[in-house]
Amino acid sequence: MPVFDLSQTPLRALNSALHGLSAGTNDTAFEVVNPRGHHAVAVGIDSPVTVEVRGSVGYYCAGMNDGGTVTVHGSAGPGVAENMMSGTVVIEGDASQYAGATGRGGLLVIKGNAASRCGISMKGIDIVVHGSIGHMSAFMGQSGHLVVLGDAGEALGDSLYEAKLFVRGTVKSLGADCIEKPLRPEHIEKLRELLDKAGVTDVQPEEFKRYGSARKLYNFNIDNAEAY
Amino acid sequence: MSYSNPQTPPRKSATFDDATMAEIRRAAATGIYDIRGGGTKRKVPHFDDLLFLGASISRYPLEGYREKCDTSVVLGTRFAKKPIELKIPITIAGMSFGALSGNAKEAMGRGATLAGTSTTTGDGGMTDEERGHSEKLVYQYLPSRYGMNPKDLRRADAIEVVVGQGAKPGGGGMLLGQKISDRVANMRNLPKGIDQRSACRHPDWTGPDDLEIKILELREITDWEKPIYVKVGGARPYYDTALAVKAGADVVVLDGMQGGTAATQDVFIEHVGMPTLACIRPAVQALQDLGMHRKVQLVVSGGIRSGADVAKALALGADAVSIGTAALVAIGDNDPHWEEEYKKLGTTAGAYDDWHEGKDPAGITTQDPELAARLDPVLAGRRLANYLKVMTLEAQTIARACGKNKLTNLEPEDLCALTMEAAAMAQVPLAGTSWYPGKGGF
Repeated sequence: MPVFDLSQTPLRALNSALHGLSAGTNDTAFEVVNPRGHHAVAVGIDSPVTVEVRGSVGYYCAGMNDGGTVTVHGSAGPGVAENMMSGTVVIEGDASQYAGATGRGGLLVIKGNAASRCGISMKGIDIVVHGSIGHMSAFMGQSGHLVVLGDAGEALGDSLYEAKLFVRGTVKSLGADCIEKPLRPEHIEKLRELLDKAGVTDVQPEEFKRYGSARKLYNFNIDNAEAY
Repeated sequence: MSYSNPQTPPRKSATFDDATMAEIRRAAATGIYDIRGGGTKRKVPHFDDLLFLGASISRYPLEGYREKCDTSVVLGTRFAKKPIELKIPITIAGMSFGALSGNAKEAMGRGATLAGTSTTTGDGGMTDEERGHSEKLVYQYLPSRYGMNPKDLRRADAIEVVVGQGAKPGGGGMLLGQKISDRVANMRNLPKGIDQRSACRHPDWTGPDDLEIKILELREITDWEKPIYVKVGGARPYYDTALAVKAGADVVVLDGMQGGTAATQDVFIEHVGMPTLACIRPAVQALQDLGMHRKVQLVVSGGIRSGADVAKALALGADAVSIGTAALVAIGDNDPHWEEEYKKLGTTAGAYDDWHEGKDPAGITTQDPELAARLDPVLAGRRLANYLKVMTLEAQTIARACGKNKLTNLEPEDLCALTMEAAAMAQVPLAGTSWYPGKGGF
């Protein structure tokens, strides 16, 4: 297993090694030690490698991940797994703001809490947060699922499109055009699948409330101007 | 002899002119602000207010038909492993597939390639047609991130982080439901037919310190190959340029308020931002103060129409220019050929600006398949290439007359200004004097 000690090795060497791996290579498991809050750790992965990061990272860890499995044994700075295409990213600690921003696919699991704007502009990613999330989360969320075992901050799902939000705890307030919706059997089934993937075993899907778009702001109407 | 009192002729108010009163009536009737495409329509100080001095006894010219005048420019020489080499210093600005038809985007790629320059994607992502027909394609990285994916990032020739644009510095965009076709909706992960909002700021960074880290991420993902541009609207050009340089930009793209947009509020287009002419010198000054002039390239856009405009922008210190509206006109936008259809839409050729409605008779700003089919991308590409070459020849003509064997050798000393405003903004002497406002010694 290639090991990159970021206290000794430049970031460039790590990301370069992760890119463009030839098919059939045996080097598909990487370890990163001493990340020391480095930014852009393991970004642009484009093959099914695994990366174990032993410590906390800065901005944009696993950004644009496409097929990799990245586990951060620590906390993550802003924009973790931003614009992820596919694969899995697991944060054992907490995540800062913009976690999973604009993600198009794959699964982001945050075992601690996530700060504000978690899932902002999400476009297909699934995000499971074991703890709570901050304000303005899922702002302009287009598609995908955001599952929160704890509480949600202010203005959840503001200007939401078709992303589906599930919160087990309390929601401080809903954003413009976001409403609570019935939890139907297909949602329970999807929740069960996501909780299982995220390693959550002691929580039942029925404990969640579902939130989605009222779709009243989809086409401009002057009578809705106060919502802006 | 009868006497009648003299009549006062009808007099309209300069403050409440016809256009103003029509807008008040329209707003009162609809309750909606006016949305339109294009850039500012008001008259602002512009390149027309500058003149070249030409050669005389103190300077000698180059022979127009024999002596070389280099038009090439290289963008992205600061950090990128693969800078972009252009034959001409005129690029095609970012315009989205969605705002423009697929044929129009293809024409942009064809025209730019024939002329030896680059074209640019827009909000909505990269299409295969556009990539295939563009030898050099700049990929815009926008707040909405519609269509953004690392594969397209890697197959681009450069990345342009869009912070703002001249038509609406500080504003986002709107693509109305009429233009959200199946393909556009799919590329943007949105339901068909809804109004698509483009955010005004990026979702995962705020401020220049964050931008520096974002640029690092983009460089790491693309293995430091691609030039990274930062595009800003003409708001605070000195500081925005300095901060873009500080954040690690290879190229700064500076878009003045004459720069167009696919759609935004008329009040935004007409009342926010600065004229292109007023933006260039502060941006160049910022580069010079940092010792980065010509090391970080400056691309200026917003109201570039002719080779004279190109030459003037370069003389003020830009490395290249970018055109959007002019490129649309070159391929047929607002062409009098469609006058009857413009009339049916309540407008006239030359004034059509409802680009957001998707009813463009020229088949350019539309997603309607029948209208889009009116534009032949091969012919339109040829027209664009012709236009780009004419602009280049015009700029060369002026440069040679000023004794320059390279377009970027043009300098402020080659210019004079016709108005006090232009003299102040461009910091070149008022014609016939050696003075401009702000310069000491008056």
